[in-house]
Amino acid sequence: MTASVQGPDAVRMTGIMKSFGGIRALDGVDLSVAPGSIHALLGENGAGKSTILKILRGVQVPDAGEIHVAGVPMTQYTPEAARNLGVAMIFQEMSLIPTLTVAQNIFLTREPRAGRFLLDDRSANNLAKLLLQQLGLDIDPRTPTDRLSTGEKQMTEIAKAISQHARVLIMDEPTSALSTAEVERLFAFLRGIKDQGVAVIYVSHKMDEIQQIADTVTILRDGRHIITKPLAELTLESIIEHIVGRRVNAFAWKSRQVDRSQAPLMQVRNLSGLQKPSGISFDLYPGEILGIAGLMGAGRSELARAICGIDKMAEGEVRVQGKVVNTSSPRAAIRAGIALIPEDRRTQGLILEHSVLSNLSLPTIDSLSSAGFVDDRRAKTVAEGLVSRLRVKLGSLTSPVRLLSGGNQQKVVLGKWLAADPIILILDEPTAGVDIGSKAEIVELIRSLADAGRAIIMISSELAELLSVSDRILVMHGGRITRDISRDEIDGWAENDANAVDRISQMEHGLQLAIQGGQGLV
Amino acid sequence: MSDTRINISAGAKARPRSALLQNWRQHVVYAGFVIIFIFFAVTLQDRGFLHANNLLNIARQTAMVSVMAVTMTFVLSAGEIDLSVGSIAGLASVVTAMGVGSFGVIGGIVGGLGTGLVMGLINGLLTTTIGIPSFLVTLAMMGVASGSAMWISNTAAVPIIDRAYNFSFGSGNIGPVPTLLIWMAVFAVIGHVVLRRTSFGRKVLATGGSEAAARYSGVDTRSIKLRVMMLSALAAAVAGMLYAGRLHSGRFQLGEGDELSVIAAAVLGGTSLFGGRGTVIGSIVGALMIGLINNGLILMGLEYSQQLVARGIIIILAVAVAGRNR
Repeated sequence: MTASVQGPDAVRMTGIMKSFGGIRALDGVDLSVAPGSIHALLGENGAGKSTILKILRGVQVPDAGEIHVAGVPMTQYTPEAARNLGVAMIFQEMSLIPTLTVAQNIFLTREPRAGRFLLDDRSANNLAKLLLQQLGLDIDPRTPTDRLSTGEKQMTEIAKAISQHARVLIMDEPTSALSTAEVERLFAFLRGIKDQGVAVIYVSHKMDEIQQIADTVTILRDGRHIITKPLAELTLESIIEHIVGRRVNAFAWKSRQVDRSQAPLMQVRNLSGLQKPSGISFDLYPGEILGIAGLMGAGRSELARAICGIDKMAEGEVRVQGKVVNTSSPRAAIRAGIALIPEDRRTQGLILEHSVLSNLSLPTIDSLSSAGFVDDRRAKTVAEGLVSRLRVKLGSLTSPVRLLSGGNQQKVVLGKWLAADPIILILDEPTAGVDIGSKAEIVELIRSLADAGRAIIMISSELAELLSVSDRILVMHGGRITRDISRDEIDGWAENDANAVDRISQMEHGLQLAIQGGQGLV
Repeated sequence: MSDTRINISAGAKARPRSALLQNWRQHVVYAGFVIIFIFFAVTLQDRGFLHANNLLNIARQTAMVSVMAVTMTFVLSAGEIDLSVGSIAGLASVVTAMGVGSFGVIGGIVGGLGTGLVMGLINGLLTTTIGIPSFLVTLAMMGVASGSAMWISNTAAVPIIDRAYNFSFGSGNIGPVPTLLIWMAVFAVIGHVVLRRTSFGRKVLATGGSEAAARYSGVDTRSIKLRVMMLSALAAAVAGMLYAGRLHSGRFQLGEGDELSVIAAAVLGGTSLFGGRGTVIGSIVGALMIGLINNGLILMGLEYSQQLVARGIIIILAVAVAGRNR
């Protein structure tokens, strides 16, 4: 730890409470970040990380609690107020304008002027150059931004924030789009701005990065502050221990039988995409639920999209019931009996402005038609059946699907594909942004489909959920399968005499290690 | 995120009223049509506005724009646009006139439809396979079509003397009903049924509503886009043939500037410029409304320059009221 600047904390949040519709997202959370330090904020999906950062950025108002930025109390909760206090967030989707130069982007709307009206490009370039040098960045400020690499763009974005006197930088999974070399440069850069007294709040699921870059670690779980400690005093084991904790809401594994002596339903052989995934092979048996775990950017969604004909396949083949499937288009994959519940239900799964009815009938519209004419009565009957089977709560079949809650929207996406009666169902993060009740229903539905002889591939970042349904888990890293974990091995992670809740925590712990271990770490 | 979810559950009870409000906005074109009609009927009473001949004239003048507005509804619903319809109509009128002159009626019809087919194929393929936005493709093809029409006709009108052709395409009346009105009705009915009742129509709306979601659902969005672009050019060719029949000649100027009236008609009628929502009947009423306004302004004795200004203002007002949430 270098250059620990004296004075008040860069950020001091105390007793932050926040509820959404009766569900407590944050329960008296404290967070103090020292200036000139890199502070890792860790926790599972739903632990409250994004909520507390939204509050710090002024996007959401806390129900109770106080916030001081560099000793100044935050009185107003607006993004402008937070920005004026020196809080900046570096977004994944960058705020840079690609056609402008680096210097133009850094000083956008605050350009140095020559006289009243004319902009002074020369001093803008000089100032930018100075700033970039201070940050140890070797970029010509006259370069158009679209010629920069992803990493350079991110660093330009940070330089822009620094030039606006940011004292606190928030970074959420900043390395997911970066190459290894770029990550190295970003870290060197972060160490540089740290020496200038800037505080960095760093959110990541990648423990090897945390161990390289963080000074201090704060862990949240289920909306509560668990621990804040210098990284040096924590081991990877203990960090995961604190992140996972004792689960309260997790679903228990129900023992199921998969008969692997019969012919596999699907065989994937040596499948490679244009970039990711590469060299994927596995078999999927009738009635099997195959979980796929991995960090963001591991190539899990890309694998799903390649199988379903949405992304181009560079190599390999997919066989369903022994026959090679033409995966050149989603249509062909659907005909072969493969259905995908996509990652982003709002853009890929649903047409938000269209009615529940027309969303539900879209994949099966041809079979609902005779001689090209849609049989509306039949479409409606089918939709009503799906709505009651999935217990979708809605006002009317004809109201736009946009009006439904996240959980009900996801049930509509599931319904679309149940109507098509697929042999193989691939679910990509099916419970993201879904309330706990719907989550349980979705998990139950997945089990019943598998029991009926379908095969399921489930991609999820929520490990407890993955562990509760999977008969086998593949761990992916860097586009490849790094582990193939059988149910026996999973069960072996838990102590036999532990109670159900502890067993789930122990298994989650084991899976976390398997995922993190995929990076050649520990 | 989370608070939108709360708003939604709270808003669920209020939904019937907001749905009604939305419907009201979508149907404002019908109310507007009636209001404008009554306004002209009262103010232009003594200038023969309500005269059967005048009303039939409005229908005649609107028929071509209506025919093109039907297919434009499909194009817009699929999230694309076609700016070349007016010039394709002009080119088709010239080709048809030359075809009728050299090879007879059948030759003329084949030539006219063939023109539409070829232009539509070019528009559609450039949009779907190369991925040039349809706005640019059709903007460029607009020049290509009207240039070709001028070129092959030497900028002169090509007369059509075939009675049967002129009767059926635009000049004739069956009883009191102009054939143009029949063409318009046929297009409207077929268009409405196809968009509302067939799987093709649903796929068009899905493609425009969210191309990604449609593709993930197994809709071949490229082929849908190709087909709507072809339908649009074909309808434009038919409109050109109607112009030719009405004026007993093919001229490159026919249909000039119609693309704007056609798009305005569709948008007035409740079709979204951004795709995913469209109504053929609305487009027809939108086209009739534009025809009504043109006719009324002429009867009022406004000069052409004043007509343009007044028409622009009325259209902006109507779209603003109809589509503030578009």
